[in-house]
Amino acid sequence: MPVLVLPKTSRPAARGHGRTWQYTGVPRWVYLVAAVGALFILLPLAGMVAQVNWGQFGALVTSESSVAALVLSLKTAAASTALCIVFGVPLALLLARAQFFGQRILRALILLPLVVPPVVGGLALLYTFGREGLIGKSLTVVGVNIAFSTTAVIMAQTFVALPFLVLSLEGTLRTAGQKYEAVAATLGARPGTVLRRITLPLVLPGLISGAVLSFARCLGEFGATLTFAGSLQGVTRTLPLEIYLQRETDPEAAVALSFLLIAVAVLVVALTYRAPKSPLRALVSQEDTP
Amino acid sequence: MTLFNKSAYPKRQQLRLGAFAAGTLVLAMSLSGCGPAATGPGAPGAEANTTRTAAAELSGTLNVYAAASLKTTFTVLANEFEAENPQVKVSLSFDGSSTLVTQITQGAPADVFASADNANMKKLSDAGLAKDSPVAFASNVLTLVVPPGNPANITSFADAAKPGVKLVVCAPQVPCGAATKADAAGAGLTLSPVSEELSVTSVLGKVTSGEADAGLVYVTDATTAGDKVISIPLDLANPTVNQYPIAAVSTTKVPELAQGFIALVTGTEGQKVLQNAGFGAP
Repeated sequence: MPVLVLPKTSRPAARGHGRTWQYTGVPRWVYLVAAVGALFILLPLAGMVAQVNWGQFGALVTSESSVAALVLSLKTAAASTALCIVFGVPLALLLARAQFFGQRILRALILLPLVVPPVVGGLALLYTFGREGLIGKSLTVVGVNIAFSTTAVIMAQTFVALPFLVLSLEGTLRTAGQKYEAVAATLGARPGTVLRRITLPLVLPGLISGAVLSFARCLGEFGATLTFAGSLQGVTRTLPLEIYLQRETDPEAAVALSFLLIAVAVLVVALTYRAPKSPLRALVSQEDTP
Repeated sequence: MTLFNKSAYPKRQQLRLGAFAAGTLVLAMSLSGCGPAATGPGAPGAEANTTRTAAAELSGTLNVYAAASLKTTFTVLANEFEAENPQVKVSLSFDGSSTLVTQITQGAPADVFASADNANMKKLSDAGLAKDSPVAFASNVLTLVVPPGNPANITSFADAAKPGVKLVVCAPQVPCGAATKADAAGAGLTLSPVSEELSVTSVLGKVTSGEADAGLVYVTDATTAGDKVISIPLDLANPTVNQYPIAAVSTTKVPELAQGFIALVTGTEGQKVLQNAGFGAP
Protein backbone atom coordinates (compact mmCIF):
# COMPACT_ATOMS: atom_id res chain seq x y z
CA MET A 1 0.00 0.00 0.00
CA PRO A 2 1.56 3.35 -0.97
CA VAL A 3 1.88 5.45 2.10
CA LEU A 4 2.57 8.76 0.45
CA VAL A 5 1.40 9.74 -2.99
CA LEU A 6 2.50 12.89 -4.76
CA PRO A 7 0.32 14.61 -7.32
CA LYS A 8 1.35 13.94 -10.95
CA THR A 9 3.18 17.23 -11.32
CA SER A 10 6.46 16.66 -9.62
CA ARG A 11 6.89 20.14 -8.13
CA PRO A 12 3.39 21.53 -7.74
CA ALA A 13 4.30 23.98 -5.01
CA ALA A 14 6.36 25.96 -7.48
CA ARG A 15 3.42 26.33 -9.85
CA GLY A 16 1.63 28.65 -7.47
CA HIS A 17 -2.15 28.80 -7.39
CA GLY A 18 -2.99 25.29 -8.63
CA ARG A 19 -3.13 22.29 -6.38
CA THR A 20 -1.38 22.59 -3.08
CA TRP A 21 0.87 19.74 -2.12
CA GLN A 22 -0.06 18.14 1.16
CA TYR A 23 1.80 15.57 3.16
CA THR A 24 -0.59 12.76 4.09
CA GLY A 25 1.72 9.97 5.18
CA VAL A 26 0.47 7.92 8.13
CA PRO A 27 2.38 4.89 9.44
CA ARG A 28 0.34 1.72 9.03
CA TRP A 29 0.36 0.76 12.72
CA VAL A 30 -1.51 3.95 13.42
CA TYR A 31 -4.46 2.52 11.47
CA LEU A 32 -4.47 -0.57 13.69
CA VAL A 33 -4.42 1.28 16.99
CA ALA A 34 -6.91 3.85 15.68
CA ALA A 35 -9.24 1.01 14.67
CA VAL A 36 -9.11 -0.38 18.22
CA GLY A 37 -9.91 3.10 19.53
CA ALA A 38 -12.82 3.52 17.13
CA LEU A 39 -14.19 0.07 18.01
CA PHE A 40 -14.03 0.92 21.68
CA ILE A 41 -16.42 3.81 21.03
CA LEU A 42 -18.60 2.10 18.44
CA LEU A 43 -19.09 -1.36 19.98
CA PRO A 44 -21.00 -0.14 23.06
CA LEU A 45 -23.25 1.88 20.74
CA ALA A 46 -23.89 -1.27 18.72
CA GLY A 47 -24.54 -3.17 21.93
CA MET A 48 -27.19 -0.63 22.90
CA VAL A 49 -28.80 -0.55 19.47
CA ALA A 50 -29.06 -4.35 19.67
CA GLN A 51 -31.11 -3.93 22.86
CA VAL A 52 -33.66 -1.57 21.32
CA ASN A 53 -37.11 -3.10 21.06
CA TRP A 54 -37.92 -1.81 17.57
CA GLY A 55 -41.51 -3.05 17.61
CA GLN A 56 -42.27 -0.82 20.58
CA PHE A 57 -39.82 1.95 19.69
CA GLY A 58 -42.43 4.42 18.44
CA ALA A 59 -44.70 3.95 21.43
CA LEU A 60 -41.79 4.14 23.89
CA VAL A 61 -40.36 7.42 22.62
CA THR A 62 -43.69 9.16 22.04
CA SER A 63 -45.02 8.71 25.57
CA GLU A 64 -45.98 11.98 27.23
CA SER A 65 -42.99 12.06 29.55
CA SER A 66 -40.52 11.20 26.78
CA VAL A 67 -41.78 13.94 24.47
CA ALA A 68 -41.74 16.47 27.32
CA ALA A 69 -38.15 15.52 28.11
CA LEU A 70 -37.01 15.70 24.49
CA VAL A 71 -38.65 19.09 23.89
CA LEU A 72 -37.18 20.46 27.13
CA SER A 73 -33.72 19.12 26.23
CA LEU A 74 -33.75 20.69 22.77
CA LYS A 75 -35.06 24.03 24.05
CA THR A 76 -32.62 24.32 26.95
CA ALA A 77 -29.64 23.13 24.88
CA ALA A 78 -30.43 25.74 22.22
CA ALA A 79 -30.72 28.50 24.82
CA SER A 80 -27.51 27.39 26.54
CA THR A 81 -25.61 27.28 23.24
CA ALA A 82 -26.75 30.83 22.51
CA LEU A 83 -25.44 31.91 25.94
CA CYS A 84 -22.18 30.06 25.28
CA ILE A 85 -21.74 32.08 22.07
CA VAL A 86 -22.64 35.38 23.73
CA PHE A 87 -20.15 34.92 26.56
CA GLY A 88 -17.70 32.52 24.93
CA VAL A 89 -16.72 34.65 21.93
CA PRO A 90 -15.52 37.64 24.01
CA LEU A 91 -13.72 35.28 26.39
CA ALA A 92 -11.94 33.51 23.55
CA LEU A 93 -11.02 36.85 21.97
CA LEU A 94 -9.51 38.10 25.22
CA LEU A 95 -7.60 34.88 25.81
CA ALA A 96 -6.23 34.74 22.25
CA ARG A 97 -5.67 38.40 21.44
CA ALA A 98 -5.36 40.52 24.56
CA GLN A 99 -2.56 40.44 27.09
CA PHE A 100 -3.30 41.15 30.68
CA PHE A 101 -2.29 40.20 34.18
CA GLY A 102 -3.64 36.83 35.27
CA GLN A 103 -4.51 35.69 31.75
CA ARG A 104 -3.08 32.21 32.20
CA ILE A 105 -4.88 31.74 35.51
CA LEU A 106 -8.13 32.92 33.91
CA ARG A 107 -7.73 30.39 31.10
CA ALA A 108 -7.06 27.57 33.55
CA LEU A 109 -10.10 28.50 35.65
CA ILE A 110 -12.44 28.84 32.68
CA LEU A 111 -11.50 25.37 31.53
CA LEU A 112 -12.24 23.98 34.99
CA PRO A 113 -15.77 22.72 34.13
CA LEU A 114 -14.10 20.40 31.62
CA VAL A 115 -12.15 18.58 34.29
CA VAL A 116 -14.34 18.66 37.39
CA PRO A 117 -17.18 16.12 37.62
CA PRO A 118 -20.52 17.73 36.62
CA VAL A 119 -21.94 16.92 40.06
CA VAL A 120 -19.27 19.15 41.56
CA GLY A 121 -20.24 21.86 39.08
CA GLY A 122 -23.86 21.48 40.16
CA LEU A 123 -22.90 21.80 43.82
CA ALA A 124 -20.85 24.91 43.04
CA LEU A 125 -23.85 26.44 41.26
CA LEU A 126 -26.10 25.46 44.16
CA TYR A 127 -23.86 27.13 46.72
CA THR A 128 -23.71 30.24 44.54
CA PHE A 129 -27.18 30.69 43.08
CA GLY A 130 -29.17 28.47 45.46
CA ARG A 131 -31.53 29.95 48.03
CA GLU A 132 -28.84 29.91 50.72
CA GLY A 133 -26.03 30.59 48.25
CA LEU A 134 -23.49 33.37 47.86
CA ILE A 135 -25.54 35.37 45.35
CA GLY A 136 -28.78 33.43 45.60
CA LYS A 137 -29.47 34.82 49.08
CA SER A 138 -29.68 38.37 47.70
CA LEU A 139 -31.62 37.19 44.66
CA THR A 140 -34.20 35.58 46.92
CA VAL A 141 -34.66 38.88 48.72
CA VAL A 142 -35.61 40.60 45.45
CA GLY A 143 -37.92 37.71 44.58
CA VAL A 144 -35.78 35.84 42.07
CA ASN A 145 -35.79 32.08 42.57
CA ILE A 146 -33.56 30.08 40.28
CA ALA A 147 -33.57 26.63 41.86
CA PHE A 148 -36.09 24.11 40.48
CA SER A 149 -36.68 26.25 37.36
CA THR A 150 -35.82 25.82 33.69
CA THR A 151 -33.41 28.74 34.16
CA ALA A 152 -31.40 26.53 36.50
CA VAL A 153 -31.19 23.84 33.79
CA ILE A 154 -29.89 26.38 31.28
CA MET A 155 -27.35 27.70 33.79
CA ALA A 156 -26.08 24.20 34.55
CA GLN A 157 -25.74 23.41 30.84
CA THR A 158 -24.01 26.71 30.05
CA PHE A 159 -21.60 26.15 32.92
CA VAL A 160 -20.42 22.78 31.64
CA ALA A 161 -20.52 23.63 27.91
CA LEU A 162 -18.88 27.08 27.85
CA PRO A 163 -15.28 25.78 27.92
CA PHE A 164 -15.91 23.74 24.76
CA LEU A 165 -16.70 26.88 22.79
CA VAL A 166 -13.93 28.99 24.35
CA LEU A 167 -11.30 26.29 23.82
CA SER A 168 -12.30 25.62 20.22
CA LEU A 169 -12.55 29.28 19.25
CA GLU A 170 -9.35 30.33 21.02
CA GLY A 171 -7.44 27.65 19.10
CA THR A 172 -8.88 28.82 15.79
CA LEU A 173 -8.07 32.46 16.61
CA ARG A 174 -4.47 31.58 17.37
CA THR A 175 -3.98 29.54 14.20
CA ALA A 176 -5.63 32.26 12.13
CA GLY A 177 -2.99 34.74 13.22
CA GLN A 178 -3.31 38.51 13.09
CA LYS A 179 -1.87 39.30 9.65
CA TYR A 180 -5.17 40.24 8.03
CA GLU A 181 -6.35 42.09 11.10
CA ALA A 182 -3.16 44.15 11.07
CA VAL A 183 -3.55 44.94 7.37
CA ALA A 184 -7.15 46.03 7.88
CA ALA A 185 -6.09 48.21 10.79
CA THR A 186 -3.35 49.91 8.77
CA LEU A 187 -5.97 50.64 6.13
CA GLY A 188 -7.90 52.55 8.74
CA ALA A 189 -10.43 50.02 10.03
CA ARG A 190 -11.37 50.51 13.64
CA PRO A 191 -11.13 47.52 16.09
CA GLY A 192 -14.90 46.98 15.88
CA THR A 193 -14.80 46.87 12.10
CA VAL A 194 -11.79 44.54 12.11
CA LEU A 195 -13.61 42.18 14.48
CA ARG A 196 -16.79 42.22 12.37
CA ARG A 197 -15.30 42.17 8.87
CA ILE A 198 -12.05 40.22 9.31
CA THR A 199 -11.74 38.25 12.56
CA LEU A 200 -15.20 36.74 12.90
CA PRO A 201 -15.55 35.65 9.23
CA LEU A 202 -12.07 34.18 9.44
CA VAL A 203 -12.82 32.05 12.51
CA LEU A 204 -16.44 31.23 11.65
CA PRO A 205 -15.71 27.51 11.06
CA GLY A 206 -14.09 27.29 14.49
CA LEU A 207 -17.00 29.15 16.06
CA ILE A 208 -19.53 26.80 14.46
CA SER A 209 -17.73 23.65 15.49
CA GLY A 210 -17.32 25.06 19.02
CA ALA A 211 -21.04 25.85 19.17
CA VAL A 212 -21.93 22.35 17.95
CA LEU A 213 -19.71 20.75 20.58
CA SER A 214 -21.33 22.93 23.23
CA PHE A 215 -24.81 21.99 22.04
CA ALA A 216 -23.95 18.30 22.16
CA ARG A 217 -22.50 18.69 25.65
CA CYS A 218 -25.67 20.52 26.78
CA LEU A 219 -27.83 17.74 25.38
CA GLY A 220 -25.97 15.15 27.43
CA GLU A 221 -25.73 17.17 30.64
CA PHE A 222 -26.86 15.16 33.66
CA GLY A 223 -24.91 15.61 36.89
CA ALA A 224 -24.98 19.39 37.25
CA THR A 225 -28.65 19.54 36.26
CA LEU A 226 -29.62 16.88 38.77
CA THR A 227 -27.71 18.55 41.59
CA PHE A 228 -28.68 22.14 40.86
CA ALA A 229 -32.04 22.12 39.07
CA GLY A 230 -33.88 19.07 40.33
CA SER A 231 -36.13 16.87 38.24
CA LEU A 232 -39.72 17.68 37.27
CA GLN A 233 -41.45 16.69 34.06
CA GLY A 234 -41.56 19.52 31.54
CA VAL A 235 -39.68 21.92 33.83
CA THR A 236 -36.30 20.47 34.72
CA ARG A 237 -36.37 16.81 33.70
CA THR A 238 -34.24 16.72 30.56
CA LEU A 239 -33.75 13.62 28.42
CA PRO A 240 -30.73 12.23 30.32
CA LEU A 241 -32.63 12.55 33.62
CA GLU A 242 -35.68 10.89 32.07
CA ILE A 243 -33.48 8.03 30.83
CA TYR A 244 -32.01 7.55 34.28
CA LEU A 245 -35.48 7.52 35.81
CA GLN A 246 -37.05 5.19 33.23
CA ARG A 247 -34.19 2.75 33.82
CA GLU A 248 -35.64 2.15 37.30
CA THR A 249 -38.89 0.65 36.10
CA ASP A 250 -38.80 0.35 32.32
CA PRO A 251 -35.34 -0.50 30.95
CA GLU A 252 -36.79 -0.84 27.43
CA ALA A 253 -37.98 2.76 27.48
CA ALA A 254 -34.57 3.85 28.81
CA VAL A 255 -32.81 2.09 25.92
CA ALA A 256 -35.20 3.54 23.35
CA LEU A 257 -34.70 7.05 24.75
CA SER A 258 -30.93 6.57 24.84
CA PHE A 259 -31.02 5.67 21.18
CA LEU A 260 -33.13 8.75 20.48
CA LEU A 261 -30.64 10.97 22.33
CA ILE A 262 -27.72 9.49 20.39
CA ALA A 263 -29.60 9.89 17.11
CA VAL A 264 -30.34 13.56 17.80
CA ALA A 265 -26.72 14.22 18.82
CA VAL A 266 -25.30 12.42 15.77
CA LEU A 267 -27.69 14.28 13.50
CA VAL A 268 -26.76 17.69 14.90
CA VAL A 269 -23.04 16.98 14.86
CA ALA A 270 -23.03 15.39 11.40
CA LEU A 271 -25.04 18.22 9.88
CA THR A 272 -22.94 21.05 11.24
CA TYR A 273 -19.57 19.87 12.48
CA ARG A 274 -16.65 20.08 10.10
CA ALA A 275 -13.08 19.30 11.02
CA PRO A 276 -11.39 22.67 11.53
CA LYS A 277 -10.06 23.82 8.16
CA SER A 278 -6.82 25.66 7.93
CA PRO A 279 -7.91 29.28 8.50
CA LEU A 280 -5.83 30.41 5.54
CA ARG A 281 -7.77 28.11 3.24
CA ALA A 282 -11.02 29.36 4.71
CA LEU A 283 -10.02 32.87 3.74
CA VAL A 284 -8.93 31.75 0.28
CA SER A 285 -12.24 30.00 -0.35
CA GLN A 286 -14.00 33.17 0.83
CA GLU A 287 -12.09 35.15 -1.74
CA ASP A 288 -13.17 32.64 -4.37
CA THR A 289 -16.81 33.22 -3.57
CA PRO A 290 -17.22 36.87 -2.72
CA MET B 1 5.01 8.38 -7.58
CA THR B 2 5.45 6.38 -4.44
CA LEU B 3 7.99 7.74 -2.06
CA PHE B 4 7.73 5.16 0.65
CA ASN B 5 6.70 1.60 0.14
CA LYS B 6 6.64 -1.41 2.38
CA SER B 7 10.44 -1.65 2.55
CA ALA B 8 10.60 1.86 3.98
CA TYR B 9 9.78 0.36 7.36
CA PRO B 10 12.34 -2.17 8.54
CA LYS B 11 10.80 -5.53 9.33
CA ARG B 12 11.93 -5.40 12.95
CA GLN B 13 10.17 -2.10 13.53
CA GLN B 14 6.94 -3.49 12.11
CA LEU B 15 7.16 -6.44 14.47
CA ARG B 16 7.80 -4.23 17.42
CA LEU B 17 4.82 -2.06 16.64
CA GLY B 18 2.64 -5.13 16.21
CA ALA B 19 3.78 -6.47 19.55
CA PHE B 20 3.06 -3.10 21.12
CA ALA B 21 -0.49 -3.08 19.79
CA ALA B 22 -1.07 -6.66 20.91
CA GLY B 23 0.36 -5.87 24.32
CA THR B 24 -1.99 -2.93 24.65
CA LEU B 25 -4.95 -5.17 23.86
CA VAL B 26 -3.92 -7.78 26.40
CA LEU B 27 -3.41 -5.07 29.00
CA ALA B 28 -6.81 -3.56 28.28
CA MET B 29 -8.47 -6.96 28.49
CA SER B 30 -6.88 -7.91 31.78
CA LEU B 31 -7.68 -4.49 33.23
CA SER B 32 -11.32 -4.88 32.33
CA GLY B 33 -11.30 -8.32 33.87
CA CYS B 34 -12.38 -10.20 30.76
CA GLY B 35 -9.10 -12.00 30.24
CA PRO B 36 -8.15 -15.31 31.78
CA ALA B 37 -5.61 -13.51 33.96
CA ALA B 38 -8.06 -12.57 36.72
CA THR B 39 -6.14 -14.24 39.51
CA GLY B 40 -5.01 -12.55 42.67
CA PRO B 41 -6.01 -12.16 46.27
CA GLY B 42 -9.57 -11.21 45.34
CA ALA B 43 -10.29 -14.10 42.97
CA PRO B 44 -13.38 -15.91 44.19
CA GLY B 45 -12.34 -19.37 42.99
CA ALA B 46 -9.30 -19.55 45.21
CA GLU B 47 -11.22 -18.71 48.35
CA ALA B 48 -14.02 -21.15 47.74
CA ASN B 49 -11.51 -23.95 48.30
CA THR B 50 -10.06 -22.51 51.48
CA THR B 51 -13.55 -22.04 52.86
CA ARG B 52 -14.47 -25.65 52.21
CA THR B 53 -11.35 -27.10 53.83
CA ALA B 54 -11.64 -25.01 56.98
CA ALA B 55 -15.34 -25.23 57.75
CA ALA B 56 -14.91 -24.12 61.34
CA GLU B 57 -13.06 -20.91 60.52
CA LEU B 58 -14.45 -18.91 57.63
CA SER B 59 -12.07 -17.22 55.23
CA GLY B 60 -12.13 -15.40 51.92
CA THR B 61 -13.72 -12.30 50.46
CA LEU B 62 -17.44 -11.64 50.60
CA ASN B 63 -18.98 -9.17 48.16
CA VAL B 64 -22.07 -7.54 49.63
CA TYR B 65 -24.29 -5.44 47.36
CA ALA B 66 -26.61 -3.34 49.49
CA ALA B 67 -29.13 -0.54 49.00
CA ALA B 68 -27.72 2.95 49.52
CA SER B 69 -29.86 3.51 52.64
CA LEU B 70 -27.97 0.66 54.34
CA LYS B 71 -24.58 2.33 54.06
CA THR B 72 -24.08 3.26 57.71
CA THR B 73 -25.51 0.11 59.25
CA PHE B 74 -23.95 -2.39 56.85
CA THR B 75 -20.53 -0.77 57.23
CA VAL B 76 -20.78 -1.36 60.98
CA LEU B 77 -22.02 -4.93 60.48
CA ALA B 78 -19.29 -5.70 57.94
CA ASN B 79 -16.65 -4.56 60.43
CA GLU B 80 -18.20 -6.79 63.09
CA PHE B 81 -18.24 -9.73 60.71
CA GLU B 82 -14.57 -9.18 59.92
CA ALA B 83 -13.76 -8.91 63.63
CA GLU B 84 -15.53 -12.21 64.33
CA ASN B 85 -13.83 -13.91 61.38
CA PRO B 86 -10.28 -12.56 61.06
CA GLN B 87 -9.68 -14.45 57.81
CA VAL B 88 -12.65 -12.80 56.12
CA LYS B 89 -12.70 -9.59 54.11
CA VAL B 90 -16.08 -7.99 53.38
CA SER B 91 -16.25 -5.83 50.28
CA LEU B 92 -19.27 -3.51 50.26
CA SER B 93 -20.98 -1.92 47.27
CA PHE B 94 -23.77 0.59 47.88
CA ASP B 95 -26.11 1.99 45.24
CA GLY B 96 -29.78 2.22 44.33
CA SER B 97 -31.38 -1.24 44.56
CA SER B 98 -32.37 -1.24 40.89
CA THR B 99 -28.83 -0.33 39.81
CA LEU B 100 -27.40 -3.12 41.93
CA VAL B 101 -29.83 -5.75 40.70
CA THR B 102 -29.07 -4.78 37.09
CA GLN B 103 -25.36 -5.15 37.79
CA ILE B 104 -25.86 -8.57 39.40
CA THR B 105 -28.01 -9.91 36.55
CA GLN B 106 -25.31 -8.65 34.15
CA GLY B 107 -22.74 -10.76 35.96
CA ALA B 108 -21.33 -8.58 38.75
CA PRO B 109 -19.59 -10.78 41.36
CA ALA B 110 -22.05 -10.28 44.22
CA ASP B 111 -22.40 -12.89 46.98
CA VAL B 112 -25.14 -11.18 49.00
CA PHE B 113 -27.82 -8.74 47.85
CA ALA B 114 -29.76 -6.54 50.28
CA SER B 115 -32.56 -4.62 48.59
CA ALA B 116 -34.55 -1.62 49.81
CA ASP B 117 -37.77 -3.10 48.45
CA ASN B 118 -39.34 -6.37 47.43
CA ALA B 119 -39.74 -5.33 43.78
CA ASN B 120 -36.02 -5.28 43.11
CA MET B 121 -35.44 -8.50 45.08
CA LYS B 122 -38.11 -10.08 42.89
CA LYS B 123 -36.05 -9.13 39.81
CA LEU B 124 -33.19 -11.18 41.30
CA SER B 125 -35.47 -14.15 42.02
CA ASP B 126 -37.04 -13.91 38.56
CA ALA B 127 -33.57 -14.10 37.01
CA GLY B 128 -32.99 -17.32 39.00
CA LEU B 129 -30.16 -15.69 40.93
CA ALA B 130 -31.54 -15.82 44.49
CA LYS B 131 -30.00 -18.82 46.26
CA ASP B 132 -32.75 -19.34 48.84
CA SER B 133 -35.96 -17.42 49.30
CA PRO B 134 -35.16 -13.87 50.47
CA VAL B 135 -35.52 -12.99 54.15
CA ALA B 136 -36.94 -9.66 55.36
CA PHE B 137 -34.53 -8.09 57.85
CA ALA B 138 -35.71 -4.50 58.31
CA SER B 139 -38.41 -2.02 57.42
CA ASN B 140 -38.53 1.68 56.84
CA VAL B 141 -41.23 4.35 56.77
CA LEU B 142 -41.27 7.86 55.37
CA THR B 143 -41.03 11.04 57.36
CA LEU B 144 -41.24 14.71 56.53
CA VAL B 145 -38.00 16.68 56.96
CA VAL B 146 -37.49 20.45 56.87
CA PRO B 147 -34.29 22.53 57.05
CA PRO B 148 -33.29 23.73 60.56
CA GLY B 149 -34.87 27.19 60.17
CA ASN B 150 -38.15 25.66 58.92
CA PRO B 151 -38.61 28.59 56.47
CA ALA B 152 -42.14 27.60 55.43
CA ASN B 153 -43.36 26.93 59.00
CA ILE B 154 -44.38 23.37 58.35
CA THR B 155 -45.84 21.42 61.25
CA SER B 156 -47.77 18.64 59.52
CA PHE B 157 -47.94 16.55 56.35
CA ALA B 158 -50.88 18.71 55.18
CA ASP B 159 -48.74 21.87 55.46
CA ALA B 160 -46.24 20.41 53.01
CA ALA B 161 -48.97 19.99 50.40
CA LYS B 162 -49.98 23.66 50.53
CA PRO B 163 -49.35 25.78 47.43
CA GLY B 164 -46.18 27.87 47.51
CA VAL B 165 -44.30 25.34 49.63
CA LYS B 166 -41.18 24.04 47.88
CA LEU B 167 -41.71 20.35 48.48
CA VAL B 168 -39.23 17.82 47.09
CA VAL B 169 -40.07 14.11 46.83
CA CYS B 170 -38.81 10.97 45.10
CA ALA B 171 -40.09 10.21 41.60
CA PRO B 172 -42.82 7.52 41.62
CA GLN B 173 -40.55 5.18 39.67
CA VAL B 174 -38.10 4.74 42.57
CA PRO B 175 -39.10 2.88 45.79
CA CYS B 176 -39.25 5.96 48.03
CA GLY B 177 -41.44 7.70 45.42
CA ALA B 178 -43.86 4.80 45.30
CA ALA B 179 -44.14 5.02 49.08
CA THR B 180 -44.65 8.79 48.86
CA LYS B 181 -47.49 8.36 46.39
CA ALA B 182 -49.18 5.77 48.59
CA ASP B 183 -48.77 7.84 51.75
CA ALA B 184 -50.17 10.96 50.09
CA ALA B 185 -53.17 8.97 48.91
CA GLY B 186 -53.54 7.53 52.42
CA ALA B 187 -53.60 11.04 53.90
CA GLY B 188 -55.98 12.26 51.21
CA LEU B 189 -53.46 14.86 50.02
CA THR B 190 -52.50 15.98 46.53
CA LEU B 191 -48.82 16.84 46.50
CA SER B 192 -47.44 19.41 44.08
CA PRO B 193 -43.67 18.98 44.40
CA VAL B 194 -41.19 21.37 42.76
CA SER B 195 -38.97 18.40 42.01
CA GLU B 196 -39.27 14.61 41.82
CA GLU B 197 -35.75 13.43 42.51
CA LEU B 198 -34.20 10.21 41.24
CA SER B 199 -33.04 9.04 44.66
CA VAL B 200 -33.86 9.63 48.31
CA THR B 201 -30.37 10.98 48.94
CA SER B 202 -31.04 13.75 46.38
CA VAL B 203 -34.22 14.69 48.26
CA LEU B 204 -32.28 14.86 51.52
CA GLY B 205 -29.57 16.93 49.84
CA LYS B 206 -32.09 19.48 48.61
CA VAL B 207 -33.44 19.85 52.17
CA THR B 208 -30.09 19.97 54.02
CA SER B 209 -28.82 22.61 51.58
CA GLY B 210 -31.89 24.72 52.38
CA GLU B 211 -33.00 24.68 48.76
CA ALA B 212 -36.32 23.03 49.54
CA ASP B 213 -38.84 23.91 52.26
CA ALA B 214 -39.65 20.27 52.90
CA GLY B 215 -38.89 16.78 51.67
CA LEU B 216 -40.14 13.25 52.15
CA VAL B 217 -37.38 10.81 53.08
CA TYR B 218 -37.03 7.59 55.07
CA VAL B 219 -36.89 7.81 58.85
CA THR B 220 -33.36 6.36 58.67
CA ASP B 221 -32.22 9.16 56.34
CA ALA B 222 -33.50 11.71 58.82
CA THR B 223 -31.62 9.90 61.62
CA THR B 224 -28.40 9.97 59.56
CA ALA B 225 -28.80 13.68 58.75
CA GLY B 226 -28.87 14.46 62.48
CA ASP B 227 -29.36 18.16 63.27
CA LYS B 228 -29.14 19.20 59.61
CA VAL B 229 -32.89 18.56 59.37
CA ILE B 230 -35.95 18.63 61.60
CA SER B 231 -38.17 15.54 61.35
CA ILE B 232 -41.92 15.85 61.34
CA PRO B 233 -43.74 12.49 61.61
CA LEU B 234 -46.43 11.91 59.00
CA ASP B 235 -48.93 10.59 61.61
CA LEU B 236 -50.65 8.23 59.23
CA ALA B 237 -53.09 5.52 60.28
CA ASN B 238 -51.61 3.09 57.75
CA PRO B 239 -48.16 4.25 56.72
CA THR B 240 -46.48 2.52 53.78
CA VAL B 241 -43.86 0.19 55.19
CA ASN B 242 -40.93 -0.67 52.93
CA GLN B 243 -39.57 -4.15 53.53
CA TYR B 244 -35.84 -4.78 53.16
CA PRO B 245 -35.13 -8.34 51.99
CA ILE B 246 -31.70 -10.01 51.88
CA ALA B 247 -30.59 -13.09 49.94
CA ALA B 248 -27.45 -14.93 48.89
CA VAL B 249 -26.77 -14.81 45.16
CA SER B 250 -26.92 -18.30 43.62
CA THR B 251 -23.64 -17.86 41.72
CA THR B 252 -21.68 -17.21 44.91
CA LYS B 253 -18.43 -19.10 45.39
CA VAL B 254 -18.49 -18.50 49.15
CA PRO B 255 -21.95 -19.72 50.26
CA GLU B 256 -20.84 -20.27 53.88
CA LEU B 257 -19.67 -16.67 54.14
CA ALA B 258 -22.90 -15.41 52.58
CA GLN B 259 -24.98 -17.46 55.04
CA GLY B 260 -22.84 -16.25 57.93
CA PHE B 261 -23.31 -12.61 57.00
CA ILE B 262 -27.09 -13.01 56.49
CA ALA B 263 -27.27 -14.69 59.90
CA LEU B 264 -25.50 -11.72 61.45
CA VAL B 265 -27.87 -9.21 59.78
CA THR B 266 -31.03 -11.09 60.76
CA GLY B 267 -29.70 -12.03 64.22
CA THR B 268 -29.91 -10.11 67.47
CA GLU B 269 -26.71 -8.16 66.90
CA GLY B 270 -27.67 -7.04 63.40
CA GLN B 271 -31.18 -6.08 64.44
CA LYS B 272 -29.79 -3.94 67.28
CA VAL B 273 -27.55 -2.00 64.87
CA LEU B 274 -30.37 -1.56 62.36
CA GLN B 275 -32.94 -0.43 64.89
CA ASN B 276 -30.48 2.05 66.43
CA ALA B 277 -30.30 3.67 63.00
CA GLY B 278 -34.07 4.05 62.86
CA PHE B 279 -35.04 0.92 60.93
CA GLY B 280 -38.19 -0.86 62.01
CA ALA B 281 -38.43 -4.59 62.73
CA PRO B 282 -39.09 -6.63 59.57
